Amino acid sequence: MKISIPELSLVLLVGTSGCGKSTFGRTHFKATEVISSDFCRGLVADDENDQSASSDAFTVLHCIVDRRLAAGRLAVVDATNVQPEDRQALLNVARQNNVLAVAIVFDISESICIERNEQRPDRDFGPHVIRRQYKSLKRSMRGMKREGFSRVFILESPEDVDQVEIERAPLWNNRKYDHGPFDIIGDIHGCFDELRELLLKMGYHISECPEEPRYKVHHPEGRRALFVGDLVDRGPKTPEVLRLVMSMLDDGTGLCVAGNHDVKLMKKLAGKNVSMTHGLPESVEQMDKETDEFKQKCGSFLDSLISHYVLDDGKLVVAHAGLKEKLQGRSSARVRDFCLYGETTGETDEYGLPVRYNWAGDYRGRAMVVYGHTPVPRTEWINNTICLDTGCVFGGNLTAMRYPERELVSVPAAKMYYQPVKPLELVEDHAARQIRDDESLDINDVCGKRIVNTRLQRAMTIRAENASAALEVMSRFAVNPQWLAYLPPTMSPSATSKLEGYLEYPEEALNYFSDNGVMQVICEEKHMGSRAVVVVCKDEESAEKRFGVHNEGIGVCYTRTGRPFFQDADLQREFLERIKSAADECGFWEEHNTSWMILDCELMPWSMKAQELLRKQYASTGSAAANAMAELNVQLSAAKSRGLDTSVLEQGFSQRKEQVHKYVEAYRRYCWNVESLKDIKLAPFHLLATESGAHADKNHLWHIGALSKLVRAEGEEVLMLTNNRVVDLASSDEKIAACHWWENLTAEGGEGMVIKPLDFVATGHKGFVQPAVKCRGKEYLRIIYGPEYDDPRYLERLRHRGLGHKRSLAWREFALGVEALERFVAKEPLYRVHECVFAVLALESEPVDPRL
Amino acid sequence: MLLSISTTHKPATDLGYLLMKNPENIHPVELSFGMAHVFYPQATDDLCTATLVLDVDAVGLVRGKGPGGEGLEQYVNDRPYVASSYFSVAIARAFGTALTGKSKYKQELADSKIPLTAKIPVVPCRGGEVLLNTLFAPLGYEIKATRLPLDSQFPDWGESRYYSLELSNTVRVKDLLSHLYVLIPVLDDDKHYFVGQAEVEKLLKHGEGWLSSHPAKQIISTRYLLHKRSLAQLALDQLLEEEEDPVEKQERQDSQEDAVERPISLNEQRINAVIETLKAHQVRSVIDLGCGEGRYLKEILEHREFGSVAGIDVSPRVLEKAADRLKLERMPERRREKISLFQSSLVYKDARLKDYEAAICIEVIEHMDLPRIPVFERTLFQYAHPRVIIVTTPNLEYNKKFETLPAGKLRHGDHRFEWTREEFQTWANNAARRFGYSVSFSPIGPVDEELGPPTQMATFVLAEAEKEVESKIGKGNNEN
Repeated sequence: MKISIPELSLVLLVGTSGCGKSTFGRTHFKATEVISSDFCRGLVADDENDQSASSDAFTVLHCIVDRRLAAGRLAVVDATNVQPEDRQALLNVARQNNVLAVAIVFDISESICIERNEQRPDRDFGPHVIRRQYKSLKRSMRGMKREGFSRVFILESPEDVDQVEIERAPLWNNRKYDHGPFDIIGDIHGCFDELRELLLKMGYHISECPEEPRYKVHHPEGRRALFVGDLVDRGPKTPEVLRLVMSMLDDGTGLCVAGNHDVKLMKKLAGKNVSMTHGLPESVEQMDKETDEFKQKCGSFLDSLISHYVLDDGKLVVAHAGLKEKLQGRSSARVRDFCLYGETTGETDEYGLPVRYNWAGDYRGRAMVVYGHTPVPRTEWINNTICLDTGCVFGGNLTAMRYPERELVSVPAAKMYYQPVKPLELVEDHAARQIRDDESLDINDVCGKRIVNTRLQRAMTIRAENASAALEVMSRFAVNPQWLAYLPPTMSPSATSKLEGYLEYPEEALNYFSDNGVMQVICEEKHMGSRAVVVVCKDEESAEKRFGVHNEGIGVCYTRTGRPFFQDADLQREFLERIKSAADECGFWEEHNTSWMILDCELMPWSMKAQELLRKQYASTGSAAANAMAELNVQLSAAKSRGLDTSVLEQGFSQRKEQVHKYVEAYRRYCWNVESLKDIKLAPFHLLATESGAHADKNHLWHIGALSKLVRAEGEEVLMLTNNRVVDLASSDEKIAACHWWENLTAEGGEGMVIKPLDFVATGHKGFVQPAVKCRGKEYLRIIYGPEYDDPRYLERLRHRGLGHKRSLAWREFALGVEALERFVAKEPLYRVHECVFAVLALESEPVDPRL
Repeated sequence: MLLSISTTHKPATDLGYLLMKNPENIHPVELSFGMAHVFYPQATDDLCTATLVLDVDAVGLVRGKGPGGEGLEQYVNDRPYVASSYFSVAIARAFGTALTGKSKYKQELADSKIPLTAKIPVVPCRGGEVLLNTLFAPLGYEIKATRLPLDSQFPDWGESRYYSLELSNTVRVKDLLSHLYVLIPVLDDDKHYFVGQAEVEKLLKHGEGWLSSHPAKQIISTRYLLHKRSLAQLALDQLLEEEEDPVEKQERQDSQEDAVERPISLNEQRINAVIETLKAHQVRSVIDLGCGEGRYLKEILEHREFGSVAGIDVSPRVLEKAADRLKLERMPERRREKISLFQSSLVYKDARLKDYEAAICIEVIEHMDLPRIPVFERTLFQYAHPRVIIVTTPNLEYNKKFETLPAGKLRHGDHRFEWTREEFQTWANNAARRFGYSVSFSPIGPVDEELGPPTQMATFVLAEAEKEVESKIGKGNNEN
């Protein structure tokens, strides 16, 4: 006997003790697929035959079955299952998981079972138990199919059992093996002319068969059409549409899923009583002109349509009204209803139309979902889902999406064939807002322990407590996440120098790269301001379109933790306009074929962002130190004039005085008051992304070059260039020259320099290397390590600093930043971009020495 | 880093005996955190000055556990240069004997009051000149204090929290030293070491004879014990026991009663209004959005009408405090099951918010940037979709009535905006219309005829009842 079970289903083995279920299970299924009640009894009570543990054992059994089915795995239950209520409980688990259930019944005579049990020493219950079980089985066997099993197989003898062959049948919706390419076509509703035009536009050949009323449609490249359903009703030529689609399915050049209108027409054709509304009368009238044979053919065709397809290794799902992840590749009435009608909240809007549950907004699945059902004024990607119903029959368009290209093709309707209940234009009004609604972020997108996969590094772990810290920062202080396509990584300093009087010196940084086999580096002047990311769009419309923001101007300028830079909205506007004008002037938009840009920059003065820190910490310490030192001087000279030997004290403190002075000088250098735009300086050094891509594949000379055009066009009033030099690390002369360059830079009060591999993403012989290493000047370090840091007593101790953790963070944050940009330019859903940006912020909350 | 003590008592050089430090030498004193030295810039019969200078090991200071813990603050800091708890330690080490009031050679002098002046060039003082006066005037000091500028090059940055301080009085040396020992860290409002029970004993020891009668003993104890309430109470109880006369005791109890009888605070009025409204709408489960330290939750829990109560906040630290405050760990199981606290954010959708009939959002929206308000609306009104929503926020117009609030300033440093009544009502009406709620407004606090109440409240109620009727009249579902 051949038993065919769905590949994903719940299989119940039903029969008395000793009927051979366990042996059967072992023979036909993987050990892990079979969950036996005896085994579960053993788990909870250390004894497989302890009947008093049955209740707990079944709790465990149900739980395992549930988890397996939820994960999309077959589950076989090996328990007697002779009572209807026991079976019902398991059927509920199957229903909850939207999978089919199958029963295999072992109708083996009592005497055989009793005999078998007597031979087993561990079965100490008497024959009456088996008799009772057998009676229950017999009583409920006939009605078992009605209990909710899709199939019930009955094995009547040990011979039957021995001859069973199990076949696992793929579900009808499983077309994972089918890789396309497809042209997925939205709701047609009887608009035959537009359908024909659309197919022709996409390169299909359409011819009519002379001998019979059917079409021959094929695509020279072997593409196939995939219809999202609602072929019929409302429009002028429903029969023609059916004829063409049926021909394509017959010829294997098309696939189709069922729409709610298709199902309703099918019922009507089958003679059922359905309400003649929503364009059904038009179909009926048109169909009445066709032959009975055609009508019958249409009826069975429509009846054969299944609810949804899972295609291309699970990367594509097509269903008429869309399908949430949990229901994909499942089969149940619930799945079918969702596919046909979507889910409604039970409320209706002002037009009496049902308010839909916004499943796409919550969608986080891996598969792209393509659907129709609800007319939209224009197609929009929402979390990797797209609705292709552009209301052709209402005078909109008929739209197709080419898969895997994701290209959209559409033709306009020749006219409005049917008056919509809700005017399409009204829908348009809400469209922009709707996108934002649909893409709002969920707490589950960011919270808890998370694993983020990036193209530079897989499986990066973000710890729950770091995510928790980031949630606060992101929620309370960050700009609108829709602007945040990037957060810059932290940067590690060079290894500690051994040179006298220095904590950092370029040699170590240069050696880091050459030791790793990166021989070309670029040294860039490190501006002493605050790291800033600047987003600038060509106009507000571009900002709205690309970033989904509304009424938030043409861009934004934010800090490395995502906070807005400017308190003064007018100043920010003026600042962004200035960059935009420069871009207009130098043809930036055309050159990069874009309407927006994201820049990585340093913004000066430092005092603009660090005002609080400066007042509370830096200036305070300076003030306290200067005043204390002055008073000490007065008192020491008084003591000295009295003839006391104060040399010990003077020695100890004279250097301090100098250090305090230098410290105050150091921080003052980076401070000035900002009264207007001209007091601000912005030095861009990475052109992170434009419409043409994330530019992590370009080297730094490209970045500097592209940005210097912008800077020059601006006139170098607000924008400024970043001095740099490329160094060939094979040449010791060039290395020495780079060190001198740094010495000069820092002697003139510069912060220091940043050394980067020439390539944005560089691989050394030990794998990826740091994207940048900073080397800070002697005086600048005073404001990091404290005024007295270069006192030989202190310096020696400060030299013991570990860089491992900082470098690991810098690398991971870099990988996440690049990933965020790549996802953003690939137009991935907001939650996918936000995941990376959020992770950078989370990593920033890891404790690391802030002086590094 | 510097403290000078001068006297004009004749012969002034006797100060050397009192401090047990010979004016003709420089005296090094070793300390765990660096070195101290005592020397005498002046030593004549008319005037003698002893200076204590502290050389704090700046790097060693942060090698251990810094006070701030995070950021650069602990690395670049003023500690080596100012008078702080380091100083109290140095006083005790360098002038230990004098601090106990003993003198090996001049006990009689040590017991007598002499004119003394203490000069400290940099004293950090949280509380300004008012505090300096509050602390030192009752002890009879003549106070000269000059505030130091932050940075002469940037006058815009304002003044620093430092004072150059000179204190003169006729007291015993022991008194001066004890006063400085206790009050320097009180001015600074910080300590460089862990504060525990032992610190209470130190306070009582060095405050003996003057602290219990000091009118600011409460401030002194609280600050000295780093605002650890239980410790401060312990200290105060002992101080009061020491010498409280019956009349004083009566007065104290009266003032406590006054505190009870004083008009209920705005906060209390807010929570009362919210609870009344919730009850009026027969709400059974409530979620407090932005619950902070759980002040409102605690109140709500007292009402048995609410069978299920939750609090969310975006700050994990604040939630920990809320859990402490509500004593979640020790709550009986029944009561514990009623309440849940979890981290969430009002700008992310959170399905857990759907489990409550009502959501209250008390003085929270003004802490959000205006551009985030639309997302907040969607998470709350559209996604969480509770039956009742209560939102309160300050009324900007009323700010004129707060005398201490400069014109144009908002009530709290973190307020991103404050709304007038009209602005708030426009927002609320729009939100209500968009998401299918009806809304009503009520004032909280005393209503000014012209300016309105200090706090405004909006109550949103889901208009579902009417909707349900409509949908029954409306045509069939699921058709398009």
